[in-house]
Amino acid sequence: MKDFIIPDRDFGTPAAKSKTMVTLSIDGFDVTVPEGTSIMRAAAEIGITVPKLCATDSLDAFGSCRLCLVEIEGRNGTPASCTTPVAPGIKVTTQNAKLKQLRRGVMELYISDHPLDCLTCAANGDCELQDMAGAVGLRDVRYEAVETHFRAKDTSGEANPQWLPKDDSNPYFSYDPSKCIVCNRCVRACEEVQGTFALTIEGRGFDSRVKAGMKDDTFLSSDCVSCGACVQACPTATLTEKSVIDIGTPDRGVVTTCAYCGVGCQFKAEMRGDELVRMVPYKHGKANRGHSCVKGRFAYGYATHKDRILNPMIRDSINDPWKEVSWAEAMEFAATRMKGIQEKYGRQSVGVITSSRCTNEEAYLVQKLTRAVFMNNNTDTCARVCHSPTGYGLGQTFGTSAGTQDFDSVEHCDVALVIGANPTSGHPVFASRLKKRLRQGAKLIVVDPRRTEMVEGAHYKAAHHLALKPGTNVAIVTALAHVIVTEKLYNEEFIRTRCDWDEFQDYMEFVADPRHSPEAIELLTGVPAAEVRGAARLYATGGNAAIYYGLGVTEHSQGSTTVIGIANLAMLTGNIGRPGVGVNPLRGQNNVQGSCDMGSFPHELPGYRHVKNDDVRAIYEQAWGVKIDNEPGLRIPNMLDAAVEGTFKGLYCQGEDILQSDPDTKHVAAGLAAMECVIVHDLFLNETANYAHVFFPGSTFLEKDGTFTNAERRINRVRKVMAPKQGYADWEVTQMFANAMGADWTYTHPSQIMDEIAMTTPSFAGVTYEKLETMGSVQWPCNEKAPEGTPMMHIDGFVRGKGKFIRTEYVATDEKTGPRFPLLLTTGRILSQYNVGAQTRRTENVVWHAEDVLEIHPHDAEVRGIREGDFVRLASRSGETTLRATITDKVSPGVVYTTFHHPATQANVVTTDFSDWATNCPEYKVTAVQVMPSNGPSEWQETYDAQASLSRRIAAAE
Amino acid sequence: MQDDAAIIARVNEILAAHQGMEGSLLPILHAIQEAFGYVPQAALPIIAQDLSLTKAEVHGVMSFYHDFRENPAGRHVLKLCRAEACQSMGADDLAAHAQNKLGIEWHETTKDGAVTLEPVFCLGLCACAPAAMVDGRLVGRVDAARFDALLEEVR
Repeated sequence: MKDFIIPDRDFGTPAAKSKTMVTLSIDGFDVTVPEGTSIMRAAAEIGITVPKLCATDSLDAFGSCRLCLVEIEGRNGTPASCTTPVAPGIKVTTQNAKLKQLRRGVMELYISDHPLDCLTCAANGDCELQDMAGAVGLRDVRYEAVETHFRAKDTSGEANPQWLPKDDSNPYFSYDPSKCIVCNRCVRACEEVQGTFALTIEGRGFDSRVKAGMKDDTFLSSDCVSCGACVQACPTATLTEKSVIDIGTPDRGVVTTCAYCGVGCQFKAEMRGDELVRMVPYKHGKANRGHSCVKGRFAYGYATHKDRILNPMIRDSINDPWKEVSWAEAMEFAATRMKGIQEKYGRQSVGVITSSRCTNEEAYLVQKLTRAVFMNNNTDTCARVCHSPTGYGLGQTFGTSAGTQDFDSVEHCDVALVIGANPTSGHPVFASRLKKRLRQGAKLIVVDPRRTEMVEGAHYKAAHHLALKPGTNVAIVTALAHVIVTEKLYNEEFIRTRCDWDEFQDYMEFVADPRHSPEAIELLTGVPAAEVRGAARLYATGGNAAIYYGLGVTEHSQGSTTVIGIANLAMLTGNIGRPGVGVNPLRGQNNVQGSCDMGSFPHELPGYRHVKNDDVRAIYEQAWGVKIDNEPGLRIPNMLDAAVEGTFKGLYCQGEDILQSDPDTKHVAAGLAAMECVIVHDLFLNETANYAHVFFPGSTFLEKDGTFTNAERRINRVRKVMAPKQGYADWEVTQMFANAMGADWTYTHPSQIMDEIAMTTPSFAGVTYEKLETMGSVQWPCNEKAPEGTPMMHIDGFVRGKGKFIRTEYVATDEKTGPRFPLLLTTGRILSQYNVGAQTRRTENVVWHAEDVLEIHPHDAEVRGIREGDFVRLASRSGETTLRATITDKVSPGVVYTTFHHPATQANVVTTDFSDWATNCPEYKVTAVQVMPSNGPSEWQETYDAQASLSRRIAAAE
Repeated sequence: MQDDAAIIARVNEILAAHQGMEGSLLPILHAIQEAFGYVPQAALPIIAQDLSLTKAEVHGVMSFYHDFRENPAGRHVLKLCRAEACQSMGADDLAAHAQNKLGIEWHETTKDGAVTLEPVFCLGLCACAPAAMVDGRLVGRVDAARFDALLEEVR
């Protein structure tokens, strides 16, 4: 780990987990460490640093550099301290005349084939080779370099065949083979940490070189996913961030939390002045444990992209060009309009949308804005369109609306059941941790219509892949329960003690019905019954079984039912309340858990307490000094419907692009167009802003303080590393707007907002910024009962008391295929892009995914005359769009798949407005479509483009 | 060079024949070299997929062993031992003679495609050094004259 500038100690080898302790002596000092610890690490524990090159504590010991040699009394030779485990009573010497001489000799050999261009090298001052040369006292190199890897021409002026040019194909880092010492750290990082196995050592002996992929591959064409683990592991300048090459080494680091997915990785933002040099995954981040993916590690360029809007803007009508104004003028304009609307159309005619991308404190303020200033409950958040069924389903069955485990739990899991999630693309750092466990022998079951990257990979393969037809989740989950119940594989003791036995009897009667058997649903789901039975048996009897699920579960008309079915499976088999098991929703956005916790839903105050509860309202009425409406407000789809009807007229939308991300784009557009004041608070003029009257420029996660809550309920600190480019953090903007509306808010720091949250919300009662500072992070509930937070939930009993079994009747969606629309479209994500792509499209990540493509099975393509790369028209009952097709058997016949990262495609023009029965979560994952060859953009795309470019005009300053 | 479709078909047959075998990567590479006379690059991703490996790993293994060749060899492969015992018995001179006579360097093939010259480290025939191997057949006590005779044989 190249951490020498901003040190974060490297212990050389990973920590041992043994409970047995061993005492030994190193250089005369006694040290006690767990059995299995390396001598190198034991020495590091007492501050003795043994020189090393090939060892780093993120990787298993390798023992190739021969620099960390030590002597052990009574043993022969000089063993490598990294590969030699401690033993009781041994006496180790790390430094004496013999060892010094040996190390110098080794170092001389390394340096004889290394360019001595330190002053112009990107790693100058941040190079372990340089440091080790210093540490061993290298003063002279006796070997004359004849054959080298670093001279482009040999001594006679001929081209040197051993010299390889730099590989600059990856947009974020460069590979310079001439500086490589072949320590293997990059190759091992790719294997052990990331699990991609994209790198290898090619050749042998003096010809050994680090190679990405095969002979003719570059980093870009290899399997490399650009996670940066190799760059992090490299001790020299061989693999270096291009930003470091451009800028120089950083001089300070601030620990903060990634603003992409729900894994919530912690990073050290390494700075020089107020310029961000690089993001380095933070070793002590409890979600990521020092790992990262391409988005968090490298894709932060959007923060300084030229498209970012830095001045507030207003306009009378959406047909006018934007006018840049001062903050004060924008606030005045927005407040006057919103007040006017409320006077004219009533208290309920305006609302807010909180952002799952912003901090907890910001989400809290936005819902407070509507409840305490607008005086209604019209607040919703993008969780509506992703994990609202999780909130409902887990709330009903277990009593909390959140995942039951922490991510560390995966290290104890024996069977992972992954349903409707593709962590390799959506939650890459978690996927790496899961894959590590799979390589250790855990079994995997994947339930997904598509053969995702998760199904098979380097050194593992799913035991069962249930490639179901989109929309039949409930049938499959109930069939799994059927097998468990009828084959008596359930855990009766767990059910008797932890769940309601009568409800279980009722549920058992329901699932045992033969119409739920795998055989009975085979035709419906397209999954062979034997596979379902095999998967059920494995889940029930394979040891610690954990369920990880994603939007493929929730974004259905029966999303909530599937979540309940999943909870039933975990309760049936007793897989709740200990490490390695549980029900784990993989939340989409960085703070979607937090925005839900903060009371963003129209029916719930912070902490998931219904607005109907008088005692809960009383808490806030007292804190805020207002009367709170006791009727739930409008959900996003209701707001849009009401807007079209003419009763909803004003919206404050923070950090969400509903036009692109919400289903049935045409309906969203019509709703927005019908409003009289749409305030968009965002980094960019997003698609929703095409229909806005006021634009508040937003700040990035690098520019503010706050907290994000990840998928494991972990509250992580977000720290300001630079001043907001547009002047104010988002919470300050919301406060200014609230005050312009007549409120009297006086927060001067987000910690005060957190104090208010803690004071009013029982599950956050113990959370303070001081605690987050000392503990790094904390998992809610954090209160008197659990002052240090709660990594695992439902240990001795469910939060709701007894676990509740609920019947899960399969009801087919109304969205059906027919002669006009014979194919089923399902949507998903890709690794390099994030959600609607507002950020990642503005980074170099586009080299991996420049446009959305439609995956279609060879059979479906052939009967339609579609060839690879053809432009095709994708039409549903709602609308149509065009995009390019790729032919693959990852999808089954009858199923097509695409991503929704690019506004040019607008996959959501096609999706319908069917939604989950309980929570209105849209049914993104199932749309009946037809696909046919096409020449160019659809009519909608052309009109939309014209409207967008018209709407994005900004008037020149006068 | 054969076309990719034919290669893929044959590779798949070889993979099927090795199904379920433990540690099958080297036997598969040998079988492919046997079938084609070399290991076509196009085979690597297919092998990787079949064994739940990556193309980088297969490339790493293949490139470690000099015996696996990326391109077809000449009609005959002539290997000269370069190890210590043979060197002490004149292998260096023999090598120079061979390269001179054939007009090629190590690992190259004569223009007519008849002979590929390869160095090899120890054929285990030290007692009869310098040693050579012609298309898999061991030959001992090779001097310039015997080398020329061998060449006559294969040309």
